[in-house]
Amino acid sequence: MSALLSVEGISKRFRGLRAVDKVSFEVPEGGIFAVIGPNGAGKTTVFNMIAGVFAPNGGRITFAGERIDGLAPDRICRRGIGRTFQIVRPFPALTVEDNVMVGALLHRRNPREAKEWVDLILDRLDLFEKRHQLASSLTLPDRKRLEVARAVATEPKLLLLDEVMAGLRPTETDRMVEVFRRLNEDHGVTILLIEHVMRAVMALADRILVLHHGAPIAEGPPAEVVRDPAVIHSYLGAEDLS
Amino acid sequence: MPLSIYLNVAIGGILTGLVYGLMALGLSVIFGVVRVVNFAHGEMMTVAMYIVIVLFSAFHLDPLVMLVPVAAAMFCFGYVLQKGVINPFITRPEHSQFLLLVGIGLVISNVLLIVFGPDAQNVQVGYAFDSYQIGPVIIDATKLYAAIGAIVVASALYVFFQYTRLGTAIRACADNYTGALVVGLDVKHLYALTFGLGLACVGAAGTMLLLIFDVTPSVGPAYTLLAFVIVITGGLGSMPGALIGGVLIGLTEAMAGLLFNPSAKSMFSFAILVLVLLFRPQGIMGKRTA
Amino acid sequence: MIAHLFDGLPRRTLLLLALLLLIGLTAPLYAGDYLLTVLVVILYFAYVGQAWNIMMGFAGQLSLGHALYVGLGAYTAAALYVHFGIGPWIGLFAAVPIAALAGAVIGFLAFRFRVGGVYFAILTIAFAEFARVGFDHFGWIGASAGLFLPVKQFTHNNLWLLRGNPTLFYYVLLVATVAAFVGCRMLLQSRVGYFWRAIREDEEAARALGINTFRYKMLAVVISAAMTSFAGVVFAFYYNNLFPEQVFNIGQSIEIILAPIVGGVGTLFGPILGAFVLTGLAETLTRILEVVGVDLPGAKQVFYGICLLLVIMALPDGIWPWLSERFKLTGRPK
Repeated sequence: MSALLSVEGISKRFRGLRAVDKVSFEVPEGGIFAVIGPNGAGKTTVFNMIAGVFAPNGGRITFAGERIDGLAPDRICRRGIGRTFQIVRPFPALTVEDNVMVGALLHRRNPREAKEWVDLILDRLDLFEKRHQLASSLTLPDRKRLEVARAVATEPKLLLLDEVMAGLRPTETDRMVEVFRRLNEDHGVTILLIEHVMRAVMALADRILVLHHGAPIAEGPPAEVVRDPAVIHSYLGAEDLS
Repeated sequence: MPLSIYLNVAIGGILTGLVYGLMALGLSVIFGVVRVVNFAHGEMMTVAMYIVIVLFSAFHLDPLVMLVPVAAAMFCFGYVLQKGVINPFITRPEHSQFLLLVGIGLVISNVLLIVFGPDAQNVQVGYAFDSYQIGPVIIDATKLYAAIGAIVVASALYVFFQYTRLGTAIRACADNYTGALVVGLDVKHLYALTFGLGLACVGAAGTMLLLIFDVTPSVGPAYTLLAFVIVITGGLGSMPGALIGGVLIGLTEAMAGLLFNPSAKSMFSFAILVLVLLFRPQGIMGKRTA
Repeated sequence: MIAHLFDGLPRRTLLLLALLLLIGLTAPLYAGDYLLTVLVVILYFAYVGQAWNIMMGFAGQLSLGHALYVGLGAYTAAALYVHFGIGPWIGLFAAVPIAALAGAVIGFLAFRFRVGGVYFAILTIAFAEFARVGFDHFGWIGASAGLFLPVKQFTHNNLWLLRGNPTLFYYVLLVATVAAFVGCRMLLQSRVGYFWRAIREDEEAARALGINTFRYKMLAVVISAAMTSFAGVVFAFYYNNLFPEQVFNIGQSIEIILAPIVGGVGTLFGPILGAFVLTGLAETLTRILEVVGVDLPGAKQVFYGICLLLVIMALPDGIWPWLSERFKLTGRPK
């Protein structure tokens, strides 16, 4: 399978602080790729560069064969990359349904045409019952699902998920994992996720990249990466088995 | 025109500008600490100016003498206003705060209209037509005294913020609201103090300004706008910026009035405002917010 | 499309609307002359309030210089009439584009350079003030001495030239207000409306969903400016004299925003309700003062100020959301 997203040697400096230092990886079409690492490792910065929030100081980002580094966030979304935010940002005064409708209208001419698609997404993310509620009145897990639903409504080829599982209970985490699996297997959506919740990472990821102080320290299939001594030392922590 | 005329007008503009700067300083202090955009700033200054008019016609006290009591009165007004009315609005969206103060300004300027009528009023001091001559340059006494008054008040304020415990506490609030709370500072009280100080500045500036200009109830909004132009040009939240901005605007207005049409001088201030908003929104002395 | 206009509105609201429309259409038959002039003012503010609401309530941009568009519309149409005899409906073809262009310039400067929130509001004030001082020196349209439209004695109403008694203006503004209401409803229900609301709520999140926020904000500003200029044209032909001092005054800009704020920003009924409540109460106040024999210039403004304060402090979302909540006048949360 060809690489849908290709990140080559990107770096980002913030006034003297090297947040990201020459990170490279590829995400094949239809794959699920996870980026993990301790807080401050630069994971969200990598995401923000891919999503167009700011441009990398160096390196290239290629999506579906075209360079996207430096493009504005709305253009990147129109090219087919959807994203969620680490601290969820639903449109508070709009209903759940209207929130998702905003996303759905990206590729559809009017709300009537988009309604069926919106209803389908709401159903898949267990939000159909709550579709008339105001987004501001939702619980955190529901807001996270809304954030995902809204991004999915834009029909992305690549979905960027920023710590979506944070704050969810194990049962809710499993539900979300199921949703992403179905999105990936049934609808072919490629997924790139940042995660701390290892339960979700191990269940979903085909490959994992570990970042530490902005630089890559390991990359590979999950089983390998979690046994890598550098990873254990910097992030996962080891049990003393002796 | 001989160079001396330009020089005279320019110096007059700079001196007036210092008083404008003091007025704008009040706005900057309020915004810098309490983070409230006081859209009724000019209207509050006209309140101070009318207080001076009333006291002058009753007791014939020179405005320079009334500087301290008027500033003190405005301080109390500001303290009460902040604690009583404005405080709940700190956490509300920007335009809510803005509109609250628009409403207050509207009420103030029209109550003044009802009480004092639309005619211009001023104070006639003994030295109204005096001037000093240094070489070819003629300096109006009123403008000179007003500027000196402005510098004295601004310096006092600076000393207060830099060197007193209370001033440092207020600066702490500005820098980090939660941190200040955690450390045990009574933030509400400090905010009210700051608003009071801001209005004290405005009261002092108004008193000084009355030496130079007349007052009508409708000058309130015009001064509010002027204060904003100055503060944005100089840098919102920067004390020296307010004075620098004031001098710049005072100078521009004076020169524009001389070179072009006196009534068109505000157009130059607005042109400067637009340019600053577009190209350097943090102002001359402002820091870019992260 | 028309059928969908009424989606989601409960029956009682539809009946209420129908009733109001009926009253509106027949009002001149039983309202006295004075009441009719008051109604003209109410409709004027309902209409401009709705136009302003598009920028603020829908796209989230606070404009405190809307008098600029009123003035540009008024002066353009009036000048064409006074100097070339061109009627107002033709004059519209010049007035609207000029105002729209002004809006586009302000919007472009503001959005391109990321001027938002309070700074944007100040920018709009600056432009209106600039126009005020500028027009004060603009000889061709009378400068500060004013521009006067010729008022001949007429025996009948002339719709083409907008010459006539208040009844004519009442119906013109009634049609305009209803059209604005329907137009805004349609906009809100469309793709544009959804995008505007998203931008108003959270611009960055909207961008992450692929919305070109610059384009849609510009659209809101231009539509708002264009709509407002029509009111300016009517204003010119109703009062028959224009002074830059009055027309571009910041007081005018503030009066324009009062009705939608008191009624409810971002809602459809808000500006209309606000106009009725505010102007109705203000006129009542003036009448009471007259009867009592007290002449307080500025009393009306104090009243407006107090209303603004009360609304901002007690009912920040405006009267309409509270009313509709209380009496269940809208089907779903707005």
